[in-house]
Amino acid sequence: MTARVGVVTFPGSLDDGDAARAVRIAGAEPVRLWHGDPELHGVDAVVLPGGFSYGDYLRCGAIARFAPVMEKIVDAAAGGLPVLGICNGFQILCEAHLLPGALTRNQHLHFRNRDQILRIEATGTAWTNTFQPGQEVLIPVKNGEGCYVADTATLDALEAEGRVVARYVGGNPNGSQRDIAAITNPAGNVVGIMPHPEHAVEALTGPSLDGLGFFTSVLKHLVGAPA
Amino acid sequence: MTTHPDPVRETPEAYPAAAPTQPGPAAAPSAVPARHASAAADWADGVDTVPRAEGTPEELQPYAELGLRDDEYDRIRHLLDRRPTQSELAMYSIMWSEHCSYKSSKVHLRQFGEKAPPSDRLLAGIGENAGVVQVSDELAVTFKVESHNHPSFVEPYQGAATGVGGIVRDILAMGARPVAVMDPLRFGAADHPDTARVLPGVVAGVGGYGNCLGLPNIGGEVVFDPCYQGNPLVNALCLGVLPVNRLQKKEATGPGNVVVLMGAKTGRDGIGGVSVLASATFDEGSEQRRPSVQVGDPFIEKLLIEACLELYDAELVVGIQDLGGAGLTCALTETAASAGTGMRVWLERVPLREPSMEPHEILASESQERMLLVVAPEKLEAVLKTCEKWGVLATAIGEVTAPTEDGQPGRLLITWRDQLVVDVPPGSLVDDGPVYARPMREPADLILLQADRAETLPRPADPDALRETVLRMIASPNLADKTWVTEQYDRYVLGNTVLAQPEDSGVIRIDERTGLGVALSVDGNGRYARLDPYHGTRLALAEAYRNVAVTGALPIAVTNCLNFGSPEDPGVMWQFAEAVRGLADGCAELGIPVTGGNVSFYNQTGAAAIHPTPVVGVLGVLDNVADRVPMGFVPQPSSGDHDQLFLLGETHVELSGSEWAWVTHQHLGGVPPHVDLAREKQLAELLAAAARVGHLSSAHDLSDGGLAQSLVESCLRYGVGARIAVPERFEGNSMPFVFLFSESAGRVLVSVPRGHEKAFTALCGEHGVPWELIGVTDPAAGALEVRGQFRIGLDELREAHTGTLPSLFGGVAPFEVTPAEAGAADEAVADRSDDPHAEPVAQDVPVEAPTSDPVVAPESAAPETEVAEPVEADDERPTERATPPLRRPTTPPPAEAEVGEGRADGAQTAPPAASPDER
Repeated sequence: MTARVGVVTFPGSLDDGDAARAVRIAGAEPVRLWHGDPELHGVDAVVLPGGFSYGDYLRCGAIARFAPVMEKIVDAAAGGLPVLGICNGFQILCEAHLLPGALTRNQHLHFRNRDQILRIEATGTAWTNTFQPGQEVLIPVKNGEGCYVADTATLDALEAEGRVVARYVGGNPNGSQRDIAAITNPAGNVVGIMPHPEHAVEALTGPSLDGLGFFTSVLKHLVGAPA
Repeated sequence: MTTHPDPVRETPEAYPAAAPTQPGPAAAPSAVPARHASAAADWADGVDTVPRAEGTPEELQPYAELGLRDDEYDRIRHLLDRRPTQSELAMYSIMWSEHCSYKSSKVHLRQFGEKAPPSDRLLAGIGENAGVVQVSDELAVTFKVESHNHPSFVEPYQGAATGVGGIVRDILAMGARPVAVMDPLRFGAADHPDTARVLPGVVAGVGGYGNCLGLPNIGGEVVFDPCYQGNPLVNALCLGVLPVNRLQKKEATGPGNVVVLMGAKTGRDGIGGVSVLASATFDEGSEQRRPSVQVGDPFIEKLLIEACLELYDAELVVGIQDLGGAGLTCALTETAASAGTGMRVWLERVPLREPSMEPHEILASESQERMLLVVAPEKLEAVLKTCEKWGVLATAIGEVTAPTEDGQPGRLLITWRDQLVVDVPPGSLVDDGPVYARPMREPADLILLQADRAETLPRPADPDALRETVLRMIASPNLADKTWVTEQYDRYVLGNTVLAQPEDSGVIRIDERTGLGVALSVDGNGRYARLDPYHGTRLALAEAYRNVAVTGALPIAVTNCLNFGSPEDPGVMWQFAEAVRGLADGCAELGIPVTGGNVSFYNQTGAAAIHPTPVVGVLGVLDNVADRVPMGFVPQPSSGDHDQLFLLGETHVELSGSEWAWVTHQHLGGVPPHVDLAREKQLAELLAAAARVGHLSSAHDLSDGGLAQSLVESCLRYGVGARIAVPERFEGNSMPFVFLFSESAGRVLVSVPRGHEKAFTALCGEHGVPWELIGVTDPAAGALEVRGQFRIGLDELREAHTGTLPSLFGGVAPFEVTPAEAGAADEAVADRSDDPHAEPVAQDVPVEAPTSDPVVAPESAAPETEVAEPVEADDERPTERATPPLRRPTTPPPAEAEVGEGRADGAQTAPPAASPDER
């Protein structure tokens, strides 16, 4: 049976269509979830897409975190539901305390969009299990507030527990501490990533097909997971 | 001296509240306040009403301060048969402003319609919010470019941001989903201190708004010239896609239908934006006009887009118009006038940011992110519900009224707390404005300017000088890499961007099932237009057309943004008339219609006008975006082979108005390059045919900076070097320089994979396009080599090409930011402000006196002797070729290929490249 992957649309979500397309190309069925609807409609995994939810007012992700659908997602994540937060979705996951740390304004204070090489460092997560440890992938990065920060103890813990999922290679586009591009929770089902794997799933429109691995990983994870 | 109406009046005068012909819509969120129009209350409101205007005909009014001339004011009094109220005066002043009425340009713009070639694709044309062009049985696209020049100088970030917002709403109003934006930008000298204020703000504003709206930015221009010092040009283009049957109308038809204002609340921002700001030249008080600049909120606009599209799909809307320049005034009058109906509006129902706003302010406000809907009463509830779903404010503010019984158009009646403040025929604001045939005169200095030809300037004449010139030119601000700017724009969002900057055109897939897509390019060259506005405009058209054609797309429609100085200057008016004539003639010759556009006058400070700057946008169709041709040389990983480089078109000694003349000699004079649109059309047809059958690995337009610039850009795109041989007739003295830096029009650099050359050159012959084999790509070389002249490593080229903008504007280092632990952020920001590439290297090279030696036409060039049969087109081909090797390209093994060897007397089917005559 085809896996059903929910993609949440908040007011101001922008890459929700792209995330749904990536899910489809990976072979799963995308299910659109609405921020105001506190139902997950039986999806097997959830993607929080990029964008500027609620205009990024107050603080990126700070308002989205209180959306009715988020309550369900936080609960389900605790039960093992795979959740991928991309860019704004990563910010929301941090605001919702599903992931530690915060994403702050890029150090150079500019929005930046470029094709970025990442090194995948944790391949045990629900979203990266099809990659090889140390594998380098090319994924677009585009953000204004993508500088990952956390206190030293948190950073050390992330490193020690193997929860740094990906790092920037060949230049850090936003000043993130320890070149962190993606992290995961202790269980490995919740991943937040600043670059945009959903923009690297078609040869015509992306710099590579490397992004597809994130979406095929969750399918592999779901097949292996207890029903 | 004229004065504002005195709020304290000596003789209070009671008058009845305007009696609405019908009760307000039942579902209106706010009822008409049941206030009695007691005399005391009237005066406390200080509102100038229609009855009061009738009773005080002699009251002085501030029409001159609002930008109206004496005769225009008299005309308003004549139309109304009384003096206008304060609100009416505000409405006429903005609707009859240059910006809204096109009063100086109208007589010229007619040519776009009169000379337009017949087109069965055009679903909506000039006069609509944007032109709509059908591209398949089901789909149409709409696109338009507009200016936001004046606001962007006064307040760069918000000016640029709301420029994007405004054009996006124009596209939305046609029923389309906006899918991409582009931004042609022009600034003063790159190293001028004020450019460091304006450019970063404008770029951040374009990015800030477009990124947050979720629209990929797929191209544009960044041009520096001192003529734009006090008058930067910020033009914004938006592309939208719609199912053919979703085309929306603006007509407010159906008496009894409800008028709904949707979107942001109305505030005091942007009052007088079109009249005070955009329809006058800058002077010393310009910085005080910041309140005339609107303030944007892209988040609201994003919600507005989604809500409108849902309304369209549910067929809930009779008519729709965006609120942009001239705000509510323009939307109310245009929707009513176009339908011949009247309208009854309760102005106090308009949601306000500031409750103290007066009627004339509400009518003139240019607050952003608002749309006006006309809705059947029974569908009002559904409309309000959809808006609520998206969190968008929607308020019924009025209703459509019938034309009069004798068939005359209805009237626009607007009340404010039961007081009639406006009673006008809507058409009088929209259609009855003044039209001027302003005096025109060729600028007196033009003859002298044209006689001062750049072809007489000293040119580099030895290999070292040529090498230095290449490096200096690619580092000059106009030719330098623009990544510093374009990295601040999201080009990926929506996932349909097939090509984006720095490519010649942006290419957007509009149908994922079929691969149908469109290509778009915007181009302009103010220097050429200054030297000859007629031909300069045709050159801009030719360049945009060619930029679309090199992707393999078929050009089908044109938009334009005409940026000029003051129309009250006869010299400027002559430039404008010539530009319009040139564009209209050019479109007729190319067989593609102008579908819409925008005029921006008064781009001048004091007596100094900008160069006439017509910016032309061309849209083309690609049946399958997989066939698109990129600009960069592509390593052939499958064969490891070299592509052959052909130069299409003819190169003449054409240096006047060129980037080289400007950068090297600060020279502007002579006549711009010759433009032959029939040749451009042949070239475009050739490129489309060649792209379809896979003859092209890459294709890159030649324009500013000539062949040298195109070679460098194509090499650096994917890091593939090239070896070039200067054709015989360009050998000796400064002729290699001419070969590399002439800006002759109608030329394209293409790379053709092995095995395709014979078929490709045959195709050139069929299309009558001159071609010449000039070299090969060389992935292994890591350099651009021009035989007998110079060899420059790609790293050196890249360093020169990419260093300029970061060193000028700092902040964003191109490739690295030092990561930092918390608290050390400041230290980590890379700073390249000491980059040595900021200043062009002073010119100190051997030069040669200009030569007037006749240049002999060569024997016909022929492809190399060994050519395989052309590869048949097949379905698998495009995908393989179409994937630019962005990821860590592997270097193919070197192959044996020698440039320019083996020029056997092969069958020459194309006309030989003509001699490089001086023009």
